[in-house]
Amino acid sequence: MALAKAPAIEPGQLRTTARSRARSQAWTWAAMGGPLVLLLVFFLVYPVGQLLLLSIYNDSGFTLAPYRQLFASAVYIDVLLITLKISLATTLVCVVVGYPIAYLISVVGKDRKATLLFWVLLSFWTSFLVRAFAWIVLLGRNGVINKLLLSLGIISSPASLLFNFGSVLVGMVNALLPLAVLTMLSVMENIDRNLPRAAATLGARPGMAFWKIYFPLSLPGVAAAGIMVFVTAIGFFIVPALLGGRRETMITQLIIDQVQQTLNWGFAGAISVLLLIVVLIVFVAYDRLLGLSTMTGAAAPRRAAPSRLAGPVQKIGDAVLTLLGMISDRIILALPSRRRDRNPEQAGLGLQAFVWTMLIIISAPTILMIPLSFGTGGLNWPPQGFTLHWYETVLHSPVWTQAFLRSLLVGLGTGGLAMLIGTPAAFLLVRSNVPGKAAWLAFILSPIVVPRMIIAVGMFYVFARMGLVGSAFGLILGHTVVAVPYVVMTMMAVLRNYDTRLDHAAQSLGARPFATLRHITFPILGAGMFSSFLFAFATSFDELTIALFATGGLNATLPKQFWDEVTLQVSPVIAAVSTCLFIFMGLLIFVAERLRRRAAAR
Amino acid sequence: MTSSSLRVKGLTKRYGDFVALAPTSLDVANGEFLTLLGPSGSGKTTLLSLIAGLAHPDEGHILVDDADVTHSPAYDRDIGVVFQNYALFPHMTVEDNIAFPLKMRKVADADLRRRTAEALETVRLPHVAKRYPRELSGGQQQRIALARCIVYRPAIILMDEPLGALDKKLRDQMQLEIKRIHRELGTTIIYVTHDQEEAMTMSDRICLMNAGAIEQLGTPEDLYFRPQSVFVADFLGESNLLSATVRQVDAQGLDIVLADQAAPSRAVGNGASFAAGEPIKLMVRPQNLHVEDAANGKLTGRLVDVMISGSMTRLYIAPERIDMPQLVAAYPTRSSAAPYEIGQLVSLDWNSADAVAIRDGRGH
Ligand SMILES: Nc1ncnc2c1ncn2[C@@H]1O[C@H](COP(=O)(O)OP(=O)(O)O)[C@@H](O)[C@H]1O
Ligand SMILES: [Mg+2]
Repeated sequence: MALAKAPAIEPGQLRTTARSRARSQAWTWAAMGGPLVLLLVFFLVYPVGQLLLLSIYNDSGFTLAPYRQLFASAVYIDVLLITLKISLATTLVCVVVGYPIAYLISVVGKDRKATLLFWVLLSFWTSFLVRAFAWIVLLGRNGVINKLLLSLGIISSPASLLFNFGSVLVGMVNALLPLAVLTMLSVMENIDRNLPRAAATLGARPGMAFWKIYFPLSLPGVAAAGIMVFVTAIGFFIVPALLGGRRETMITQLIIDQVQQTLNWGFAGAISVLLLIVVLIVFVAYDRLLGLSTMTGAAAPRRAAPSRLAGPVQKIGDAVLTLLGMISDRIILALPSRRRDRNPEQAGLGLQAFVWTMLIIISAPTILMIPLSFGTGGLNWPPQGFTLHWYETVLHSPVWTQAFLRSLLVGLGTGGLAMLIGTPAAFLLVRSNVPGKAAWLAFILSPIVVPRMIIAVGMFYVFARMGLVGSAFGLILGHTVVAVPYVVMTMMAVLRNYDTRLDHAAQSLGARPFATLRHITFPILGAGMFSSFLFAFATSFDELTIALFATGGLNATLPKQFWDEVTLQVSPVIAAVSTCLFIFMGLLIFVAERLRRRAAAR
Repeated sequence: MTSSSLRVKGLTKRYGDFVALAPTSLDVANGEFLTLLGPSGSGKTTLLSLIAGLAHPDEGHILVDDADVTHSPAYDRDIGVVFQNYALFPHMTVEDNIAFPLKMRKVADADLRRRTAEALETVRLPHVAKRYPRELSGGQQQRIALARCIVYRPAIILMDEPLGALDKKLRDQMQLEIKRIHRELGTTIIYVTHDQEEAMTMSDRICLMNAGAIEQLGTPEDLYFRPQSVFVADFLGESNLLSATVRQVDAQGLDIVLADQAAPSRAVGNGASFAAGEPIKLMVRPQNLHVEDAANGKLTGRLVDVMISGSMTRLYIAPERIDMPQLVAAYPTRSSAAPYEIGQLVSLDWNSADAVAIRDGRGH
């Protein structure tokens, strides 16, 4: 009869408790996700919206003048076409070259994988500026290539290898190949290695097993890499500006000119609209063909039912793959080096040779530049003498040291702020049942998709009116906007792998929620959190586009200072700075990797 | 129906310094159902991969019907494999999965369709042809993997723990199914499991592996009744292992003395030869260990625990002599409560025909 004695609960009261619980839950959600949403609304949506509005509004009201100017002559359309051409070529080469690299990394043993990954990551984390500069040195009149060709007697006078389509393409591919490899790798690592083996036992020769089984399963990775590279390439300006001639001007360079030289916001806005439309078209096309959900990679191959490519397209695809398989097997059969006792567990020598060649090509320019920074002969190959003069110049130059300190400050600030804002949001997206998760995630990831240049120019406009231009705080905010998606993604992955039963175990042992976080959750998630922080730090430390405008004339960050110098003149001082940056990043990856492994070994 | 014999000679596999498979020789007869049994990490998958051509041996030879296939690639061997996690191609329908090996063999379209349908019939799943693997339950995926393997009639089929991921009931059902298919097709099957019961019920012969080597190869009866080592006795079913010394060997069996006891008793050998004075282990299966009130048995002990596990009741007994391990006796569960009380002193006895002498490899 204990039940009867319990205080009666009125229906109304019940509803209030339910409502108050819902309200307190809504507050929790707002507290965890609110800061991120506010940040993106104020420093992404609002600035970009402003910029786009500026293209149709000026002091005298509604206008289409910027667009008339845009289409008045063929100049701007030509630039757009060149931009598309360079971006497409870059995407194609990156995917085709990156595929075997990612493939090899996904199949080799643990140790070799670590080595291969190190070189890809080193390249990935080496500043775009440093890599582009290294190519200037390498391809210059007195660079390694020309000297080599001369000494071999292939050419009689130095060839001009720079400032043409080829040099831009090489630079772009070098810049974006690591991204392509890492994107494809994330899909390939999830392909069951037993599947090609099963195909072999069922009678498929290597070519058939690859084209009919492995390749279709890796396709989501290829598509994701393609779109990531393309969207990044289309918003690129460092490589075409440093390695291209006038005929390789890309669309983002036009935006820079409009803002920096003529302060023509309306026209800059119009070009941004054009760029944004192209990117949107690409995404819509991608979605139609493959579905955007495949972009997240990992989950894709499992449910790889040919989503929308049903019927005849699939039949044709299948026939093409069969043909490719047959041709490959013919070729393999015809190869003279086919050893009878070839070990089925080992990747072919040809593949290994190709991958190492490519890794050398993307790393060599930076490494070859290092000895030149200690030389007395300028940037001419081979290096002559030994001097620390260039390093002394850098160390004694207040401009460089202040730029370094500034970058350090902004990087740490960005890392901290992005963690502070991004981690709770990741918790929310993984652990709670907040409605509309997919939409929120898309919103949070939008800073990666919107071309950086558009964000940067919009921010500049808004910062200028808020008096934030030139302030470290403004720059931290700006960098946090572009770094926070990576933090959220990394933390979401980390949280998904985290066994929540540990929390429940702790709570069942008497730990309150906060104590659980402090003693159990954070210590275990530590390595993941630290690598997110490093990612945000590195993103900021290497960020140029936003810094280009938001630093104002003074208070340059390291990339901004680098950019100002390198566009002025190419000197050994820059080689010295590049070397320092390269080593700094190398150490950072090394430490991060060490920490990651130690965490994994636990 | 084609099927082949398999002969493995001195096959060895190392990963760096680690010997995953010590030199191993094995003959599998045409149409035989052989099980590789052993604890996890004992090299079963390694041996299977070598036979299938998915890994490369460091030494040794593999012969199928006396033809050396050691260096043939997997796709030329005509050996079918059912993988542990099924390895169904996720981007193909069930039908396309099953048709894949036929397409690789360029089987004509009409024939291909007929044989695919037949294979689906054999595993009793004709209605799932158009589905994708992820739309099937674990048991169904298992059957499709089986269908994909039998559809092209390989001469030898290898199965790596094919039922490992299924629950007990489904596993029992699939065991019967696999046996039926083996009967119908007559194919040579090499079957891997770490479940000794599964091995006992399904196999013509069992090859028990331990630490990368064959521990014992024989019929289930051989392994159960005449284990050649303590490891085998322990791995196949429960056993009580008592230390003893050989007194004398004759044609019918052995005279032995249990450790620290004066009274001699009899035991049967396991086929190995023993010498007088040799230390041995005496194996008595729980169902052969009789518990009695009267103090006229070979040993005495105190009842520690009684456990009823369905059809069997187990009595756990700590022998009076403290240096002996705990013993277990089992008998069919009866409706009434156990006739013994915990803590009670009981006497243990066994028929000498049920006491098997085993060489004590580990010494005493
Ligand atoms: N590719 C490999 N590299 C290194 N060691 C391996 C590899 N494959 C298997 N091993 C080792 O070989 C031993 C036997 O493995 P395996 O044949 O898979 O055992 P089982 O199938 O009996 O569980 C294990 O200790 C395992 O760690
Ligand atoms: Mg195994």
